[in-house]
Amino acid sequence: MTIFLELFWAFFKIGAVTVGGGYAMLPFIQEEVLRQGWLSEAEVINFIAVSESTPGPFAINIATYVGSVMGGQAEGLGLFGTILGAFCATLGVVLPSFVIILLVAKIYEAFKRSKIVKGIMTGLKPAVVGLIGAAVIKILQEVFAPNGWNMALFTNPATYVSLGLFGVASLLAFKKVHPILIICLSAAVGIAAGFLL
Amino acid sequence: MGDKCKRILRLLTIFLKIGAFTFGGGYAMIPLIQKEVVENEKWITDDDILEIVAIAESTPGPIAINSATFVGYRVAGFWGAFCATLGVVLPSFCIILLIAAILDQFKDNKVVQYAFNGIRAGVLALIVKALWTMYQKAPKGLVSYIVMAGAFITTAFLKVSVLWVILGCAAFGLITSLIIERRAKQ
Repeated sequence: MTIFLELFWAFFKIGAVTVGGGYAMLPFIQEEVLRQGWLSEAEVINFIAVSESTPGPFAINIATYVGSVMGGQAEGLGLFGTILGAFCATLGVVLPSFVIILLVAKIYEAFKRSKIVKGIMTGLKPAVVGLIGAAVIKILQEVFAPNGWNMALFTNPATYVSLGLFGVASLLAFKKVHPILIICLSAAVGIAAGFLL
Repeated sequence: MGDKCKRILRLLTIFLKIGAFTFGGGYAMIPLIQKEVVENEKWITDDDILEIVAIAESTPGPIAINSATFVGYRVAGFWGAFCATLGVVLPSFCIILLIAAILDQFKDNKVVQYAFNGIRAGVLALIVKALWTMYQKAPKGLVSYIVMAGAFITTAFLKVSVLWVILGCAAFGLITSLIIERRAKQ
């Protein structure tokens, strides 16, 4: 039963402290989900692709997903566990936002002028850049060296496929090609490489 | 049915639609919110939307939730906030529950595994792009660069918990900005 509280609490923390939206939450989500053993690094990255290809914000999507997977494993609850887990995790990530915005809406003028809020933001805005940078390092490792950095990577053709794919995908991403198209292309290359190599 | 009740119901349907059809999260929702709430319903103005986005960016949580809650509150108070937030979350929630079941079925499928091997390289590119966008939007200056480097090194290499890194950066930003302000006054 504690899994439902753990799900709620993990996502509550994530929702309560990460500012900036989008992938600003990714490093904290990676940390919590890996620490608890809920998903593997590869599964988190896979889910980023799923989330990009489905409607809705990333934070909500991954909370619902992790919650449903872990809740579904709770003994003797079946489908109810899946839904309850998804509900607890999603409520956790939404609740801090909801409460904080209601408060801010009431003291809106004071919030806007607050030197304390401005000061905190001068720290948080650049922090998000550093944190996403750290998430990139983790993903880089998972993509290019899932079994650790060693010499065998140089002779493994999969390394070169990943490098080439990453290069092309980056080019497309910076040319503002839609993420879903980039994901479809990557999937096609992955399937081709899997059967050919 | 009272005018407020109608507004609350309308908020729910508007945000259900926004939640169900926007890909890419918070920022992608802003133009849709603007179209529905400013242009169609004329409940708030363009200036309000700009303010709401600014607030959503400087409060914790997903931009989409923050904006929905704020718009809902502005338009119809607490229950407006509640229904707008519920509306924006519900489609995601249902779709992902369905997807989770499907993913589970195909987890051990060879083709799916190959596809995800490729997809991870593509996702890396998307996150690098997101990193670049965030960098461009971040303030530039000595304090900013120190915080960026500090957050990066402590999280990526020193394995400090993200929670402490965030709290530390917030404290550092607050203290330096207060010091800078005091110096400017003197």
